[in-house]
Order: sequence, then structure tokens, then C-alpha cells
Amino acid sequence: MSKKIDAQQVKKVAMLSRLDLSDAEIERFASQLSEIVTYVEKMNELDTEKVEPMAHCLGITNRFGEDRPAESLGTEKALANAPDHDGQFFIVPRILEENSA
Amino acid sequence: MEQLSLLDVRNKIAAGDIKTADYVRQVLSRIEKVESTVGSYINIFGDEAIDRAAQIDEKISAGQKPGALAGVPIAIKDNMCTTFGQTTCASKMLENYQSPYNATVVEKLLAADAVIIGKTNMDEFAMGSSTENSSLKKTVNPWNTSRVPGGSSGGSAAAVAAGLCSGSLGSDTGGSIRQPASFCGVVGLKPTYGRVSRYGLVAFGSSLDQIGPVTQTVSDAALLLNVIAGHDEADSTSVEQSDAPIDDYLNKINEPLDGLKIGIVRDSTEGADEDVKRSLNEAVEVYKGLGAEVVEVDMPHLDYAVAAYYVVATAEASSNLARYDGVHYGYRSPNATDYVEVYTRSRAEGFGDEVKRRIMLGTYALSSGYYDAYYLKALKVRNLIRQDFDKTFGQCDCIVTPVAPTTAFPIGQNIEDPLKMYLSDIYTIPANLAGIPGISIQAGLDSNDLPIGLQILAPAFSESKLLRIARMFEKNTQWHKSKPKIPSE
Repeated sequence: MSKKIDAQQVKKVAMLSRLDLSDAEIERFASQLSEIVTYVEKMNELDTEKVEPMAHCLGITNRFGEDRPAESLGTEKALANAPDHDGQFFIVPRILEENSA
Repeated sequence: MEQLSLLDVRNKIAAGDIKTADYVRQVLSRIEKVESTVGSYINIFGDEAIDRAAQIDEKISAGQKPGALAGVPIAIKDNMCTTFGQTTCASKMLENYQSPYNATVVEKLLAADAVIIGKTNMDEFAMGSSTENSSLKKTVNPWNTSRVPGGSSGGSAAAVAAGLCSGSLGSDTGGSIRQPASFCGVVGLKPTYGRVSRYGLVAFGSSLDQIGPVTQTVSDAALLLNVIAGHDEADSTSVEQSDAPIDDYLNKINEPLDGLKIGIVRDSTEGADEDVKRSLNEAVEVYKGLGAEVVEVDMPHLDYAVAAYYVVATAEASSNLARYDGVHYGYRSPNATDYVEVYTRSRAEGFGDEVKRRIMLGTYALSSGYYDAYYLKALKVRNLIRQDFDKTFGQCDCIVTPVAPTTAFPIGQNIEDPLKMYLSDIYTIPANLAGIPGISIQAGLDSNDLPIGLQILAPAFSESKLLRIARMFEKNTQWHKSKPKIPSE
């Protein structure tokens, strides 16, 4: 039986999700996600052509607050949980190649 | 040790009959005795709790008016931010995360003079129905240690059932308060979406998540809701007082509802265990005996709730969990060689299986070419389910259903079969999709002496009525008095 979601698609979704998956995980997710998606397609039994989508149960749209200054977190607290920082900035590996400047 | 209700503890402390410090020590010594068996806590604040208890005692002996939860030991699920201890979400990703602020509910508990005694275990990022997806800790069901406590708020429910706190907070995205409450034989309330601020609750499915109490009794749940409910400027989805005023939920809790009309959904229990069906029928008989009228209702779209939910919830999760990038906070892989690998490897190593699976499923459902077929379709089905509730609540005050098709299942039984695990949420999910409140109360024991829960669902913002209906059952039955026997006791 051909899978609803094959290894190729799992790889693509993993790339979009920024997840580095092992080959074993790709295999496992392909079959588990296929099974789940097949179940989810049960929704197709319903004719929803004239139904409005409901993203939110409160039916609220934008809420606007007063524009007034308040205290912010501050650099020290904002950086406190960072895996790497220099006291002022988050540190990440080099993004541009040395010679591309 | 006799287990006092939260309300009893509060009243005795406020009246000066017991000292907060003594009571907190009593609970801590019980934790010492049975916690190694149950495993409900990720973090216990023993010394801090004793210090705080002493402060509250001082306040009381100085004649100051104690808060609504004066001296009461409360546990909170570890997905609510606290400036003390870590906020781990039971994930390697946040194992060492220390929040720079408190969640609004935490501020409210502290303002009411509660003693926060610890943070409870859960399925990683609240994704699961058994707490087996915790990356940090194993929690068992206090009624039978070979069974799961339910999930995702399994630690919160197990801690209450085992007497390791007076009450706790959980969060409920698809049943994560009600199902573990049912499995552990305690009360679990999911308030209406918007009733309780989500500020500082680590986001999973933002249009579905709601914080609520897990307690021994219905009155305890009402008291906790009194403290945590209300509008919060910091959560734009919390409702304004003018739109849906909060009540004193304890005020009329003992008054039965005159002319109560209960809805039961036709053909909805086919997949449930015999014991679960029997218990539901018995509960309906209890209400009939109290003068309630029972009407059969049709909700044709409930059957599609699990399908719609696992698209909506995972789509929202995939977006919410994009913030874990290995840069700003949380885990960073030591194996990353370039900036892309900081993302891909940190996330691969920091997240567990179920979290990855849901991120993948949600990303798939939102991706180009699939959005209409899955995400948009699910939002339409969600609307149909809400309409089912609207119509039904025109005919009755509340709906009663099982909480789950089974009682607590054996540890390991469903963990390899995600779809089967998802289907255990079949009765709880509709309330999250529709945004309405629901409560789980104990209504029986099965042939293995495991608790069976009864779910009651009511219209949006009618928590007052919902709690009174639940209290009617509790007042006229003895199930809430049955307690587990823990092997190490």
C-alpha cells in the first residue's frame, strides 16, 4: 500500500519545521503521519462549502490597548536564558562567509 | 492522615485553628513518604513553602485579613511561568529555563496568600494524554501504579489524588485537565476560553488552551476559580468584565438548580467501556432522582471533533513552537556547526517524539497545497461543532458524557500508537473547539477499582451553573470520598 505521506514528503516537512530527523525517524513518522492524516480525512465526509471557517471561538478581532510607555524586560533579563551571549547581544555561529563581505 | 479539602484547610487556617507552617510541614512529610512512588512533581519548593507559611502565619496573628487561599498548598503545572524554580514544560528544551516573570495566575495565587508548593509533571509541552511524554519524569496513577495518571496535566491530578497538595492548576487544550482528573478520581474544571488569563502559560494551541483548577471537591474548584478568573490586560483573548462578568462561584454552590434539564447525546457512547457506560447511566439516574429532566440530543458533528482538533491544535503548535530556535532561550545543541544547524539540531535534540510529530503534522497541514484541504476544512468543521452546541443548549442546561472511553490505561499501552492515544480525547475535545466550559467529577469505580469520571458541559461563561450542577451530584453521592491506597503509605 502506498503511503499517504512518503519519506520524501516527511523530509520536506522536516525542513520546513527546522527539525533534523534521523532515517529511522523519517520512516516512523511517514507511517504514523500517514495513518493520522488518513483519519483526519474523515472530515471530507462533511459538505462544508457553505460553512464559515472559525479560527477562534470568541469571535473577537483586533484589540487595541492604550499607547502608553511601560517598563520593559531589560537587556540583562532578556539575555539571562540565552545559550550564548556577550552581555549585550545573542551570539550565534557566523552567518556570512568570511569572503562574502 | 485525613485529607482535608482545600476549603477546610483555608477555613481552619483563617480561623486560627491550624498553623499554616504546621500544615505545610504535614504535606511536605507526606510528599517525602509517597512522592517517590507517584512522581507527580518536577520541582518541590520545600524550604520556600515553609518560609512563606511562616509569613502568612505572622500576617494572621498580627490580625491582618488573610487572602482567599491563605496558607493553602497549591501545585502548578510546569507550563506556567514562575520566577522561582524552572519552567520546564517537561521538555529538555526548557529544562533549565528560568522565567523572568510570573504567569498572571501565579500572581493571583500569591496575592491570595496561597503557598506554591511545587510544579507538576506533564506531557512535554502539554502534548499527550498519559504524561508518558514527559522528558524529565515518570508519573504513575496513585490508584494503581501500573496505570497512567492521564494527561497532559497528569502530575497536577496525581498530586491532588495522592494528597500532595490541597489543589492544583492544570491546563486544558483538548482535555488535559478533565481526562487526568477522571483517571485519578478528582475534580477537574476547564473554564470557558477567555475566562482565565493565559499570560505566562507556555503556548501550545492558543485558540484552545485554558488554565483551570484540579481539586478534591467541586467547592474547592469554585474557590480556586474565584481566585484565577478575570480579565487581564496582558492576555488579549481574556474577556472583559463587561462582556462576561465573573461571579462568586462559591456563593450559590450548594443550591440545586430548579427545573434542571440534562442533555445526553444520542449514540455517543458506543466506543466506551461497559463500566464507563454503566456509570454514566447511573449518574443520569441520580440527576433524575433529584428532579432533573433528561432529553436526548443529536450532535451530528461530534464524530469529527478529533479529526478537526488534531489539525487545528497541531497547526497552532507548529507556529507557537517555532520560537524554540536555540538562540534566545532554551536548549542549544553542542553539535551545531552553522546557524541552520543551531535550529535543526537544537530542535531535534531538545524536543521529544510527540512534540516533533505534532510540529510535523501542523506544518504539513499549513503547507502550500494542503492548507485548504486540512486547515481550512478543520476550521469549518470546528464551526459546525460549535453550532451543534448552540442548538443543543437551546434544549437543555448542560450535557453529560463520559470523560474518556476508558479508565486509566496501563503504562506503555498506547505510547507506540499516536492515533489510538488521540482517540482517547474523543469526549473532551469538543469543548475546546467550541470554547465552552467542562468539568470532570468522579462518578464511579470500574471492575479494577479505577475511578470513572463524569463530564458535564455547559454554555460559554456559565461556570456558575456548571459548578452547581456538578455539586448537586457530589452532594448526593459518595464517590468523591473514595481515595487511592498508595503502596508506600
